[in-house]
Amino acid sequence: MIAITLDQLILNHSAEVTAIDWTLMSDAEGARLRALGLDEGVSVKKLHRGMFGSSDPIALKVGRMKIAVRQSHAMAITVQSVTVTA
Amino acid sequence: MTKTAPLIALVGNPNAGKSALFNTLTGARQKIANYPGVTVERKSGHFTLADGQPAELIDLPGSYSLDPTSPDEEITSNVITGRFDAERNPDAIVIVLDAANLDNHLRFALEVIALGRTVVVALNMMDLAERDGLTLDPAKLEEALGVPVVSTAAVRRKGLEELKVALDCQLSSKTEVEVVVVSKEHDHDLRKQAQNIAVQTIVSETAGKRWSERADAVFLHPIIGPFILLAILFVMFQAVFAWSEAPIGWIEDATEWIAAGVEANTAEGFIRDFLIEGAIAGVGSVVVFLPQILILFLFILLLEATGYMTRAAYIMDRLMAGVGLSGRSFIPLLSSFACAIPGIMATRSISDANDRLTTILIAPLMTCAARLPVYAIIIGAFIPARDVGGGVGLQGLILFGLYVFGIVGAMLAALILRRTVTAGPNAGFLMEMPKYQLPRIKDILIGLWQRAWIFLRRAGTIIFAATVVLWLLLTFPKVPEDSAMSQVDYSAAGRITNVIAPIMKPIGFDRDISLALIPAMAAREVAVAALATTYAIDAPDEEAEAKSLTERLQSRWSLPTALAFLAWFVFAPQCISTIAVTRRETNGWKWPMFMLGYLFALAYVAAGITYWTALALGL
Repeated sequence: MIAITLDQLILNHSAEVTAIDWTLMSDAEGARLRALGLDEGVSVKKLHRGMFGSSDPIALKVGRMKIAVRQSHAMAITVQSVTVTA
Repeated sequence: MTKTAPLIALVGNPNAGKSALFNTLTGARQKIANYPGVTVERKSGHFTLADGQPAELIDLPGSYSLDPTSPDEEITSNVITGRFDAERNPDAIVIVLDAANLDNHLRFALEVIALGRTVVVALNMMDLAERDGLTLDPAKLEEALGVPVVSTAAVRRKGLEELKVALDCQLSSKTEVEVVVVSKEHDHDLRKQAQNIAVQTIVSETAGKRWSERADAVFLHPIIGPFILLAILFVMFQAVFAWSEAPIGWIEDATEWIAAGVEANTAEGFIRDFLIEGAIAGVGSVVVFLPQILILFLFILLLEATGYMTRAAYIMDRLMAGVGLSGRSFIPLLSSFACAIPGIMATRSISDANDRLTTILIAPLMTCAARLPVYAIIIGAFIPARDVGGGVGLQGLILFGLYVFGIVGAMLAALILRRTVTAGPNAGFLMEMPKYQLPRIKDILIGLWQRAWIFLRRAGTIIFAATVVLWLLLTFPKVPEDSAMSQVDYSAAGRITNVIAPIMKPIGFDRDISLALIPAMAAREVAVAALATTYAIDAPDEEAEAKSLTERLQSRWSLPTALAFLAWFVFAPQCISTIAVTRRETNGWKWPMFMLGYLFALAYVAAGITYWTALALGL
């Protein structure tokens, strides 16, 4: 179990959010991230990447919701990989 | 107790099925107005409570939190905490929850419940939750929340009576609750609490059909996805032109029939001229676009109702990031192809202030339906209907080029604006992508009806007034019988034009064009009516049909002038309503004035370059 940031998580893998560096975003963005269910302790799954091989944006499954975030925010989120299901 | 009908506010997360519930409760008897001072649409309707008492229902913008992160959310937050001056304090609040998304939606519900107001929870979209394999226990939820919970499936009209009974019950037992602005609990605790309650409520969960995921495997595929979006947009724009042909013909026939009726029933003179040349011709020339606007909105409403629009935003995000915007801006910009006004209003969902402002400033560059008649008449008159190969017509190609010109102009403008006047940190892109849903015909029809009504109201007021004023300016003072001057030159409008004509001369615009640009300030489409009116008044005989306008243009304009005129219309911010809506959305005159300035400068330069290039090429 290694801690990586969310942008490094492999597609279709799930992980648990262990820490979020709120200083890397504005207060409003942080509030919005939490409003969309992304917070320490939740589990996320990476579902989609950007278009034409671009790394931006990414689509995540958080709880029962599917949300889009950019790499810049994903980099602030530390996760611990829990499953290796495809 | 006051005699006025109780006010009930509908709140909930975006995508909780709030609007469907609103439509089902109120039917088509809805009213959209603007709150004074701020342009937030106030969507209200009436319905009857279980005891037969009438009640007013307002649909507040979807929110994730009472701590607002966008202008939309701010309104919701202010109304339900009783801090919004332009709205009565609601007597009761209905919190709409998506049954299949409880853990997320309960967060906002808990915040609202903590306000201590009269509340009923509608556990909505129960049918869809069951389809997803979820079994819920509403009684458990009621117990955990301490407020009445009613299961509803708005689309299937289930649970509506129960909801009304619960509201009745809550309203009559209402004790005066003091409005407290709660010291907001920490997001973290709120989420944990929401999750705990969700776990308690969910009785069992089996793997659902997951067809939403499967659809996304295709629609969000890194290579297939963008092509599907492109194909959808292509079909959409094709339909705007192909499907509108017949209804446009009907509207034209109807206009002629009305004009003929007026002619047969009124005596010759001022009144008849005013009605036929001013009022009927002016308004008729604008109402013809109703079919195109409605077709475009039909697509936009369908894309939104199915949940695909957020996927389109996702696909476009990378591209928009290139000019300093986000995928969020895509939706308002797409709406701007119908009309910049709903487009600018749709920017309210953009949380970042600079992103939003930039989107507002470039929205008028999207080719709105009002430009189409201008483009259509100029292209029809000056561009030969030639095949350039592969079944592609030159006229269509030029029209397509004008759309592209506007889009490229908008992207460049955004790029420059984001580095200068709206500079700021690159905002993120955070967006929920709801499950795909089958759109409900009733919701789509209500949406279309509202768009049609807004457009017709505009045609009946601003555009009508502008055409009438122009007609009066052109008709008076009357040229003396013995004068060598034409009526147009002698009229008040002709004299005003003398001032601006020298400014427009370097870009190839003669006096008639300068004259047509004055009333076209009110609305672009008026330019066609204005040219028609100018030439109609100038014409010695009574033949002022649309066909002769084309001929007149051909005989009076050179090709470079016509091309410059097209280039001008790609950029010129000629629409009073857009300026007005920008003023309201940005709370002041600074940005609308900036928009006017930069777009006119662009229009002037683009028209000038076009004119002189065309001349140099010997066109």
